[in-house]
Amino acid sequence: MRGFLKHRLFWPLLILVALLALNLFFTDNFFKVQMKDGHLYGSLIDIVRFGAPLILVSLGMTLVIATSGIDLSVGSVVAIAGALACLRISDLSDQNSVTGVLGAVGLALVLSVVLGAWNGFLVAGIGIQPIIATLILMVAGRGLAQLITDGQITTVNSSPYKLIGGGYWLTLPFGIIIVAVVLALTAFLTRRLALGLLIESVGGNAEASRLAGISARGVLIMVYTFCGLCAGIAGLMISSNVSSADGNNAGLWIELDAILAVVIGGTSLAGGRFSLSGTVLGALIIQTLTTTIYSIGVPPETTLLFKALVVTVVCLIQSPAFRAKVFQRRMRPVEARPATEEKVRVSA
Amino acid sequence: MTSITGLPGLRRAVPQKYIPVLVTAGLFVAMFVAGGIRYENFATGQIILNVFIDNAFLLVVAVGMTFVILTGGIDLSVGSVVALSTMIAASLLKDGWPAPGVIALVLVIGAVLGLGMGAIIHYFEIQPFIVTLAGMFLARGLCYTISTDSIPIENETFTAIAQTRIGLGGDLSVSPSALIAVVVVLIAAFVLHYTRLGRSVYATGGSEQSALLMGLSVARTKIAVYTISGFCSALGGLLFAFYSLSGYGLSAVGMELDAIAAVVIGGTLLTGGSGYLLGTVLGVLVLGLIQTIISFEGTLSSWWTKIFIGVLLFAFILLQRLFLGRSRR
Repeated sequence: MRGFLKHRLFWPLLILVALLALNLFFTDNFFKVQMKDGHLYGSLIDIVRFGAPLILVSLGMTLVIATSGIDLSVGSVVAIAGALACLRISDLSDQNSVTGVLGAVGLALVLSVVLGAWNGFLVAGIGIQPIIATLILMVAGRGLAQLITDGQITTVNSSPYKLIGGGYWLTLPFGIIIVAVVLALTAFLTRRLALGLLIESVGGNAEASRLAGISARGVLIMVYTFCGLCAGIAGLMISSNVSSADGNNAGLWIELDAILAVVIGGTSLAGGRFSLSGTVLGALIIQTLTTTIYSIGVPPETTLLFKALVVTVVCLIQSPAFRAKVFQRRMRPVEARPATEEKVRVSA
Repeated sequence: MTSITGLPGLRRAVPQKYIPVLVTAGLFVAMFVAGGIRYENFATGQIILNVFIDNAFLLVVAVGMTFVILTGGIDLSVGSVVALSTMIAASLLKDGWPAPGVIALVLVIGAVLGLGMGAIIHYFEIQPFIVTLAGMFLARGLCYTISTDSIPIENETFTAIAQTRIGLGGDLSVSPSALIAVVVVLIAAFVLHYTRLGRSVYATGGSEQSALLMGLSVARTKIAVYTISGFCSALGGLLFAFYSLSGYGLSAVGMELDAIAAVVIGGTLLTGGSGYLLGTVLGVLVLGLIQTIISFEGTLSSWWTKIFIGVLLFAFILLQRLFLGRSRR
């Protein structure tokens, strides 16, 4: 029991369960998952389905943050990917042609990868602070997305494209399947191969890991590229779900939600360690919170207030300093060590 | 990781710490001259004053942001606090509160919000990024709970301040807001360069550990900068209310990024410890001049502003790397 309490996913999991339990009292049939026309329906499915883009972006963000970086440009990449795909599809003579849609999707993803690699190049190649390096693309990228869509909302009417974000496959929403595949691949690459170790080592100390023979630059460029790709896929999902691209608003503030998801999941912004399952939990918490607020009937305007509250509570609980100060007597022997470790890392 | 690159001759002629500010100043002059050649009626003093008038609120917000960034922190809540200030001011004025009371209350609320965030950052050792992000959600959320619609301001004091123009001789004139912004800049410059708090800000940003060992009150300094930033955001919100004569929960979306961009373009390092307030002022002026040029161009759409600012940010950071070659963290 003590081991379970100390597990780093304990608190996020508790919050998620509490949020879900809240729905048990306030929302009818919340936990009911039904089969309709061969598709699975239900609030739980919806949470994962609408949370899919956030989970994807957060996955990429997790690896970036694990290298002690940050990627502010994901929202803009989301908008650019959706805008480019919709622009290409709307230019097709037959919008339902599968090859045409695949071409558009491929082009958008290639561009996302290029944009991610650009971020990686700025961080690893030129040595710019990640927050500033990605701020460039965050500001300019939003302008690019508006340029692509000409400031308008580009709508498409393409059933193959609709599948990505709004369709079903094997009774499940297609978005969930995409997330599951990306998550499994990421988990395999980082936890079964040495890649995760390399990422954590670069995040712990880039210089030391370079001296130890790790190609720190290569690892950095790779994680930013991966983050760009994840943001691109998320952008396709979001624009496909509404069959349109909005350069102004698509993916707005998703970088903040993604960073929150990562932090709620127990990954420290200082880098050096990461938890993929924690991030998925974090993203689910954010999505469940949003869904709960809507279903309970709280005015949607106050969503942000609840978000601020939950974020503060989760971060406080996870802060070693907070626990050391508030639960001083009980927790000190356990918590004193991580607190000092954090201090050294910040000031180093 | 300090690499020595750049032009040795230039580095010897000018102290290298002034180079980023000088580059920004040079860019501002170049943009102004280029605009003057390209457009009629551009190269006048009033154009520069108009940049001040239109960006007074950004200037004040960026001043607060400079303090925070100099300590190595960041404040993402400023845009939302600006919006919250306009909302509080507009709704209270609508209820018949007197203008001085409203102004005082708004400033206090902004400072208290900043104080709270600073205290959490310092005492619970949570990263500024996350705490001010929560602050951003909180302030934006409070805006929406006040109202989701725009509230017009019809108070006499506010409209009077909005419409007054103070002549400076010739055809030149400025708004009271621009003057307030300049006064804030002067006070802040004094505090940063001639007071103990200012020295502590630079020391904390340079190295928190060293500042602690020197016996400086790092706790007080860190909390103070977020309080200053909160106060400046609230004041910026009031100036924004004078400018737009309304309160709206969606106003100033993304202003934190404009402020950060202005600080960075002004040559302040995000790692803290190095930079000047004058640089921030120049950064705001450059951003404002881009917008002016785009409005003179007429055919260019607003998204070009964003692309230009992005390109400019890139160019400046590259320059900083070339001249200064600082370590990354």
